[in-house]
Amino acid sequence: MRRKSISFIFRGVQVDVADTPPHTTLLDWLRLSMRATGTKEGCAEGDCGACTVVLARPGVGGLVHRPVNACILLLGQADGAEIITVEDLASSGALHPVQAAMVEKHGSQCGFCTPGIVMSLFALYQRGHRAATRVDVCDQLAGNLCRCTGYRPIVDAALEVCEGPPDDRFSAATPQRLAALAALQSSQDVLVGEQSADFFAAPASEESLAALYARHPGARIVAGATDAGLSITKGLQTPAKIIWLGRVKELETIERSTTHLSLGAGVLLADAVEALAAIHPDLGEIMRRFGSAQVRASGTVGGNIANASPIGDLAPCLIALGAALELSSVDGARTLLLEDFFIAYGKQDRRAGEYVRGVRIPLPGPQSAFRAFKISKRSDEDISAVLAAFHFILDGRRIVSARIAFGGMAGTPARARHAEAACAGIDLDAVGAGDAAIAALATDFSPIDDMRASAAYRRLVAGNLLRKALIEIAGAAEPTRVKELVHAAR
Amino acid sequence: MPPDDPVRSALQVAGRAAPHESAQLHVCGAAPYIDDIAEPKGTLHLAPGLSSETCGRIVSLDLDPVRRAPGVVAVLTAADIPGKNDIAPVFGDDFLFAEQRVDFHGQVLFAVVAETREQARRAARLAQVVIEAEAPLLTIEDALAADAKVLPDYEYGTGDAGSAIANAPYRLEGQLRIGGQEHFYLEGQAALAIPGEAGGMFVHSSTQDPTELQHIVARVLGAPDALVTVETRRMGGAFGGKETQAAQTGALAALAAHVTGRACKLRLDRDDDFVTTGKRHDFRADWRIGFDSAGRIGGYDVDLHARCGCSVDLTPGVVDRAMFHAGNAYFLPASRIASTRLRTNTVSATAFRGFGGPQGMLAIERAMDAIAHSLGRDPLDVRKENLMRPGADITPYGMQAGDSDVLRALIDRLEETSAYRQRRAEIAAYNSAGPLIRRGLALTPVQFGISFTLIHMNQAGALVHVYQDGSVHLNHGGTEMGQGLFTKVAQVVAEEFGVPLSTVRVTATNTAKVPNASPTAASAGSDLNGMAAQNAAREIKRRMTEFIAADFGVAPDAVFFRNGVVHAGGKSLTFAELAKKCRLNRVQLSHAGFYSTPEIYWDREAKKGRPFLYFAYGAACSEVAIDTLTGEMKVLRVDILHDAGQSLNPALDKGQIEGGFAQGMGWLTTEELVFDQRGRLRTHAPSTYKIPVASDMPEDFRVDLFDGWSRDAAIFRSKAVGEPPLMHGISVFSAILDALHSIAPGRPAPLDAPATPERILMAAEAMKLAG
Repeated sequence: MRRKSISFIFRGVQVDVADTPPHTTLLDWLRLSMRATGTKEGCAEGDCGACTVVLARPGVGGLVHRPVNACILLLGQADGAEIITVEDLASSGALHPVQAAMVEKHGSQCGFCTPGIVMSLFALYQRGHRAATRVDVCDQLAGNLCRCTGYRPIVDAALEVCEGPPDDRFSAATPQRLAALAALQSSQDVLVGEQSADFFAAPASEESLAALYARHPGARIVAGATDAGLSITKGLQTPAKIIWLGRVKELETIERSTTHLSLGAGVLLADAVEALAAIHPDLGEIMRRFGSAQVRASGTVGGNIANASPIGDLAPCLIALGAALELSSVDGARTLLLEDFFIAYGKQDRRAGEYVRGVRIPLPGPQSAFRAFKISKRSDEDISAVLAAFHFILDGRRIVSARIAFGGMAGTPARARHAEAACAGIDLDAVGAGDAAIAALATDFSPIDDMRASAAYRRLVAGNLLRKALIEIAGAAEPTRVKELVHAAR
Repeated sequence: MPPDDPVRSALQVAGRAAPHESAQLHVCGAAPYIDDIAEPKGTLHLAPGLSSETCGRIVSLDLDPVRRAPGVVAVLTAADIPGKNDIAPVFGDDFLFAEQRVDFHGQVLFAVVAETREQARRAARLAQVVIEAEAPLLTIEDALAADAKVLPDYEYGTGDAGSAIANAPYRLEGQLRIGGQEHFYLEGQAALAIPGEAGGMFVHSSTQDPTELQHIVARVLGAPDALVTVETRRMGGAFGGKETQAAQTGALAALAAHVTGRACKLRLDRDDDFVTTGKRHDFRADWRIGFDSAGRIGGYDVDLHARCGCSVDLTPGVVDRAMFHAGNAYFLPASRIASTRLRTNTVSATAFRGFGGPQGMLAIERAMDAIAHSLGRDPLDVRKENLMRPGADITPYGMQAGDSDVLRALIDRLEETSAYRQRRAEIAAYNSAGPLIRRGLALTPVQFGISFTLIHMNQAGALVHVYQDGSVHLNHGGTEMGQGLFTKVAQVVAEEFGVPLSTVRVTATNTAKVPNASPTAASAGSDLNGMAAQNAAREIKRRMTEFIAADFGVAPDAVFFRNGVVHAGGKSLTFAELAKKCRLNRVQLSHAGFYSTPEIYWDREAKKGRPFLYFAYGAACSEVAIDTLTGEMKVLRVDILHDAGQSLNPALDKGQIEGGFAQGMGWLTTEELVFDQRGRLRTHAPSTYKIPVASDMPEDFRVDLFDGWSRDAAIFRSKAVGEPPLMHGISVFSAILDALHSIAPGRPAPLDAPATPERILMAAEAMKLAG
């Protein structure tokens, strides 16, 4: 049994779309097909947030509202969700509390980014388990660029209105909305189009996924489409066959044992934050800075790994922790060390019909000392120039062994084997403790010059980050990160 | 304010913190931008075809594959232009389409017109282009070596700067590179052109200058201006980037509509927008300065080398303004202010908020820090030592800053409210321990001249109608780009008629309603259009007053308008009743107002004049922390005190100040334009070009309006506030320098702008070696 349409709730009613090309984006569907022009296109690459809309789905504790970039989200990814756009918020002439606060605080100037900002704040408002802090608001807005206001009035509006559980007509209608969404849920596979030509498929089980991918090994596997979307909007590609992982429940598991954390490939980055932050606060900070709220609400753990970008933030951290990757196909599953998956730029150890199933991360033990740093031109919502992850095994004040991995230093995320070897035996209290390891690190990589950083800077900062990690692990008395100074100026 | 200003103290509507006139529409997604306007049936879509070479002769342009692509209706080149292939503001050197040769990477070669946007964009990539590539001139050094210039050098000064510097007790010199800046208006360039009868053309455009676009469309189409109407309701941001740079998009849409006879729309893809439109000029400032042991300047000599790109565009005004602000707020007893206007094979640089002023200012602020660091004095003391003061308040171009005492008072106030001295001591103590994370503090002033330096542009028109039900229609030549101009001018008109603000409806800027307008630029929007609208309202009010005075048999000066009611002697009637009466008695209730700024003049040959009606003042105090291992930087606290005169709308003005600061900070920190060795812009989208996000703003951000007033005849004694706050961002750059300086006190920190983490780390490394 197959469903031949994409089905979602829009403007309060169920919509079934059966006749759209597989690469249609949600934004084009809204603006061009529905003439719903409240949602804007600012960049068509998921960076500015002007196109932010909210997808509501059943989840823990009722409905989960997530902000997404409609510009690079495929329409099919809205299957099973309620799409909420800026036009939905005001009701019979009365502004939604978020909108009213934005007006009252003078939060709009040119107004073009405003619909996206209103929707990001609407998602924050719905989350409402506690009063939002300034940090919460800035995190929520990292993917919403405003060029006019300097953000102060927007943050003020958010702090005023996001102060607890939601109390609006959306929260009041939660049971009815859940019921409408429940009617959309099914265990049927979705396939819009024809297998012989173009299709958008959303298999409902791993078995269906494996079978479909085996039949169509050339199909484009899409998880969050935060990268695939760009190939459509910027590369003008029209992938004929798209298989979306968003309905494969088996890939969405998070399992934690005393020794390991296992993340399914389909786990949203947003849902992985908490588990990863529990491993180490630096990992939490890397995840906080990962893309934006919109990107984390679409992108997945598996997508970030399978995409194999040399500047993907997750891989270096997981390599340093010694994570293993599980791949699967109709022929069965296999496991390999994550660093072995990345063979060269654009080349991974993945066979035809094989998909990333998940990642298994050993939890650091009591002898472990972990640090991770992301260096980028802008602190939030930027792509790393260098990402460094350090995992030392200590014996008292002496380093026994190290796993060190970098992003941005080579064609793939990679270990710094020379530096690792030179770290073994370091006495944390010795003068010039890290000098030899830093010198060794210089021989590990030949980074490139690009628009994010020069090769010279990458080399220098990589060594300095190793030094910083050692200083911190040795127990620095003084601040070692600029953020620690935030309240010093008062 | 003047203690007994009766006009000001009686204001009812002007001066209130009214919300932006479109705020409710903005938050509902109900404010239409160009791409949101309902398209006429059969609207076609354009995509430009861009050069993939940086410079050279066009050998062949095979567009057959483009024409054959699905959905393509027409492919336009220079051969399709009935008029002139000229979209330049003055010099005729910007082209709708490149014809013989290309001069920058991404220059438009042709345009595709297709049934859908996707079809047009897809087809645009199919052209077969052969260009005989030449070695491009890309950098300031390339252009200097080749003596490539778009305009002759220009300089002026006072006294003999050379000997003043040579004879000063202390001398310093330096070179500062100042990066450009992409506007990154959230709404990209867009236009919708609708052909009309008898060759008429109506263009909806996101432009700061509808009049200029009207003129350019007419020139391209070979039609009289009167056949072309341009309308702009609102822009999704502009910042100078839609002054001349909206012309190509508008003219392409109009040409396509002319050729096809159908409505045509062009909305640039963001990457194409980055590549094809101009940016802030980048500069190299070579400076020399002589001073005494107190840090007081004897002479300042600066060469401002501006990279102007491949054409003139607005370079004359931009680089002249960099020169006008080369002294910022300081008195220079002897000076030489020189400029070169360099031609490179890069997109032509254009207007950007501040219009060259920020670049000129940054150079002398850099010199101020250098003086202080070399003398071991507090940079604020050196700055105060050099502020203009009575008897020493003539600029290098001969204009007297009559109210320089305002800035001194403002700085004193900010020094106190920001606790500058205490924090200076505390930071010095913190840094003295040699920490990995260094802190820096700086307080910098802004003195920004208000008026177009091209004198004829200082004019404005407005059209006001009062309808018989008492509602008021307001239209003027200024454009709304988010700054709140429509709100402020409506406040002025409501004030004049004594009616609630909601009575006044502002409509889209339209060249058929108010002709021959100037661009909305130079911070002059409210000053000019506010005055023109005031003049229009006052004339209508005069007629209404005369009528009702005669009708009621009272003297005209016994009539006053307040809160929607007109009082005349002992009698009164509502404003609406009076409007109705006026109509029945054949009193004209419409007037076109006009204003031209008095007193200003500029003699470029003689290098003397009063190019500005007045100066806007402000100061900012910023504190930062930098990581000496990574170059990462965090702005910890910012205090700004800004002089908006008697503000027309404190909420909107505060918005301009905060937003301007953010944009200035971005320009000098994370916003980096990277061109590769082939002249291709590598930072052509927000994924690679990084403007500030919410978390980049200081958590501790204190912005106040200075209790000042304009001594000149600006509208209701307000002061212009659009551009000046951008330069408060300089305080962040100076604070970074201050933090770097602590690594090796007395040594100059080699820091160029923007101060990215990379530049900060490299400067820190140099300081570690020097220390």
